[in-house]
Amino acid sequence: MSLLNYFKTTKPNSAKLAKERLQILVAHERSARNQPSYLPELQQELLKVIQKYIQVDQNSISVNFDSDDKQETLELNIIIPEQSHT
Amino acid sequence: MARIIVVTSGKGGVGKTTTSAAIAMGLALKGHKTAVIDFDVGLRNLDLIMGCERRVVYDFVNVINGEATLNQALIKDKRCSQLYILPASQTRDKDALTEEGVGKVLEELSKTFKYVVCDSPAGIERGANLAMYFADDAFVVTNPEISSVRDSDRMLGILSSKSQRAVNGSEPIKEYLLLSRYNPKRVKLGEMLSVDDVQDILSLHLLGVIPESKSVLSASNAGTPVILDENSKAGLAYSDIVARYLGEDITHRFVDEEKKGLFGRIFRS
Repeated sequence: MSLLNYFKTTKPNSAKLAKERLQILVAHERSARNQPSYLPELQQELLKVIQKYIQVDQNSISVNFDSDDKQETLELNIIIPEQSHT
Repeated sequence: MARIIVVTSGKGGVGKTTTSAAIAMGLALKGHKTAVIDFDVGLRNLDLIMGCERRVVYDFVNVINGEATLNQALIKDKRCSQLYILPASQTRDKDALTEEGVGKVLEELSKTFKYVVCDSPAGIERGANLAMYFADDAFVVTNPEISSVRDSDRMLGILSSKSQRAVNGSEPIKEYLLLSRYNPKRVKLGEMLSVDDVQDILSLHLLGVIPESKSVLSASNAGTPVILDENSKAGLAYSDIVARYLGEDITHRFVDEEKKGLFGRIFRS
């Protein structure tokens, strides 16, 4: 059995894993690099304003900046908790 | 006008100083008057790799502070008359380098030299920033290893946003990839990122692959740039890199595992 396993088991391809991890990481870091530097501050200030009216936490608001050749988009996403409707 | 080359990587220990010494020597051997500058203030090592550590009298910071002239500080290489070394200061803190001071030294060198190679320290602090700030070309030294690739990508971001060319909006720095410590055997086994893997992520112009080689340590032990070792694959790889940089069309080698003949298998080199 063990001898059979010896022939059967192919070593996991760790280089492939490294590449996948890098691709995700680098894409994320590149998009962060191109974002304007005011973004975190903007997010904090928006959060404060919204919290004046609605009970939301830090994670329920996201500010995303995207740009391509044609345009730059600032996307604001707020998740409003259900109880606030009632 | 000299062409200013920065040898950079972000990560430490990937082979920046080895590369700086090799390509500076290579350019000089091709007949181009070349200066190589150590930007690692406080941790100088280029002098050791070049084998001129006992001839250091004045350094880069002395020149910036006006305590010595450039000619007094430049060390002429004993093997190649076209090559000069400007060592870093060992005693001062890294704040001794200023943008103005570095700019003046590079401008003065530009009058008489064809190439100026700037050996960047690791990290993204002052020394590294000033080493790349004035560059025309960047040699990004990367190992086929995740942290090195990530740091290289980070350096590319810095080159394209914080360099003088980026700030002035002039033609961007030409960026080249030098993939060092490459082991084709481990790549074949799936244990190491391949050239293509690294290129998929960084997508740079590949100047050359430098195979992992024992001769690199022997060369640094002796204070001889590895490019002078004609029996070394790493040395040959650097010779190819210099030739490619100068516009020669040379096929890439050391990318695949070489098939060893019977003799090769018996007498492992």
